[in-house]
Amino acid sequence: MTVTDNGVNVQALLDAREALKGAPEAARFTWRATSKWDRGVHSTTTIENFYGLGAEQSHKAKTEFAADHPEVFAAEDNGITPIEYLLVGLAGCLTAGVASVAQNRGIQLRSVTAVVEGNHDIRGILGDPDVRNGFNDIKVTFDIDADASKADIEAIVAQSQKRSAVFDALTNPTDVTVEVA
Amino acid sequence: MGDSVTTVVVGAGHAGLAASHFLRERGVDHVVLERGQVGNSWRTERWDSLRLLTPNWLSRLPGQDYDGDDPDGYMTMAEVVAFIERFAAGAPVRTGVNVTSVRRTDEGFAVDDLRCRSVVIASGACNVPVVPDFGDLGVHQVTPFDYHNPDKLPDGGVLVVGASATGVQLAAELRAAGRHVVLSVGEHTRMPRRHRDRDVLWWMHETGLWAQRYDEVDDLDRARRLPSPQLAGGLEVDLNTLTDAGVELVGRLATVRDGVALFSGGLRNVCSLADLKANRMLAGFDEWAGLTDRVPLEPTRVPAKPRLRLDLGGGEIGTIVWATGFRPDYSWLDLPVLDDRGRLRHDGGVTDIPGLYALGLPVLRRRRSTFLHGIEDDARYVVDHLIRTSRGTFDQSVSEAR
Ligand SMILES: Cc1cc2nc3c(=O)[nH]c(=O)nc-3n(C[C@H](O)[C@H](O)[C@H](O)COP(=O)(O)OP(=O)(O)OC[C@H]3O[C@@H](n4cnc5c(N)ncnc54)[C@H](O)[C@@H]3O)c2cc1C
Repeated sequence: MTVTDNGVNVQALLDAREALKGAPEAARFTWRATSKWDRGVHSTTTIENFYGLGAEQSHKAKTEFAADHPEVFAAEDNGITPIEYLLVGLAGCLTAGVASVAQNRGIQLRSVTAVVEGNHDIRGILGDPDVRNGFNDIKVTFDIDADASKADIEAIVAQSQKRSAVFDALTNPTDVTVEVA
Repeated sequence: MGDSVTTVVVGAGHAGLAASHFLRERGVDHVVLERGQVGNSWRTERWDSLRLLTPNWLSRLPGQDYDGDDPDGYMTMAEVVAFIERFAAGAPVRTGVNVTSVRRTDEGFAVDDLRCRSVVIASGACNVPVVPDFGDLGVHQVTPFDYHNPDKLPDGGVLVVGASATGVQLAAELRAAGRHVVLSVGEHTRMPRRHRDRDVLWWMHETGLWAQRYDEVDDLDRARRLPSPQLAGGLEVDLNTLTDAGVELVGRLATVRDGVALFSGGLRNVCSLADLKANRMLAGFDEWAGLTDRVPLEPTRVPAKPRLRLDLGGGEIGTIVWATGFRPDYSWLDLPVLDDRGRLRHDGGVTDIPGLYALGLPVLRRRRSTFLHGIEDDARYVVDHLIRTSRGTFDQSVSEAR
């Protein structure tokens, strides 16, 4: 018998689920990002700390993300467009889900590639009231090489969406408060 | 003051009556307390056109098989009530007795002012329709308990929220009555009425899937929360037949903001999950039958651009039908047996309070537990357990009653 190893510690995740059953407080996480305007439409966002398991936590290292707009937007392109970060989040989340679900189902992955395309009519952000600001729709195409049938792979991808935080955040409305401190 | 009896059964649906059947067989003196009439839920909490999901040949209760002339048919509510009433013959039912309190006493329990040593909770799993709270919506709303037929709804379109057995049936009925219908679809259980020319419940039954025990089910918590299957007694309904009939599918109702209903963009995902699971179930049936070819279901046709918003005040719809599920009501139970989500804690119908039992809850002891034919094993087990564990202390009353 070969052992499936996608590098995901599924047991730890299952243990966490059990442990949190009796401790809903510990399950409350707050993710944090701090952004600073640089110049023009260029800003730098830093992520280092978050809250969870009842205490302040930090990543191994601080990460900086540059956000800007491309030259076709008459900007300097010092980093990716903010809306592209949503694609990064969605791709990262669904891919993590695919690896975890496959691990849990004993399916060895050889390669997983996802192409994420968000269709965006920019007339909305330019002020056209009949066009929405955000994506019109998003399409994710997975190319997966694994020891599994097509139906099993489809099931993994479907389950990954079902458990995805970013898929949920993008497909369902979220209450957002923006204030001036 | 107060009478006493060995066992009190709360509820005279088929579950409580099955408990009574075995209690009588074993000579345990007991009463069945029922707030309404025998089969009250079927009499007072169902819509006019509803038929049982299970074919008649599967409608059986301990010692009572279906003996009519339409074994492949599906009972109307009047027929279900008659079937249960027949089963109630000889049961010590006190009707019109609403249990408002169950407390512990030194010897057992006090059910209002009736003292007893054991209690079987058979008050039903679907006492209260679950309706999400989105505040004041300014539109007429009904639950499946107030819905009777399309004519009783105000004119105009209908938003049906929920696509399990109730939601798909009501969407089909309202559309057939000429209404504009939008159906909000969350997670659901797809199940074709027929597979390879046989009722799908024949397959559930014959393969043994339905008899699977609760302690053999992979994820029991999930199995107990599974949405009811998209089935109707007699006719074929699924999201594709509804689309063909002109029902508009939208995603799960996520929230209502400024009078606008916002639907999830995850419709395609819930449909593909349901398709995959349904096909996996059918493949399992085929494997059991030794068949190697497969007859996969037509994939659910999801609209190319499912609508994400519906202005509730815009005149498009006049009514919301909440087909968002049901929950039991335990407000009368003054015992610490509910978990933090209000569900009764039990192990196959046995609670951790000695002498307190439950029947009629989803996957109580088997996958078929809530269906008519599923009660026999469960009720026999629970009554056995009740008698076994009461031996010694309650021996006397048991032998006296014999
Ligand atoms: C819309 C709808 C459709 C359904 N369709 C099907 C179907 O097709 N097939 C199927 O198998 N199941 C169906 N069900 C599930 C159905 O409820 C159960 O199968 C069946 O009614 C369960 O029987 P029971 O005896 O457990 O509960 P019930 O039939 O609900 O009996 C419980 C009894 O307890 C009484 N009661 C409750 N609280 C008290 C109290 N405090 N004091 C005194 N009496 C009390 C009630 O009045 C009721 O008579 C459906 C449910 C709903 C809501």
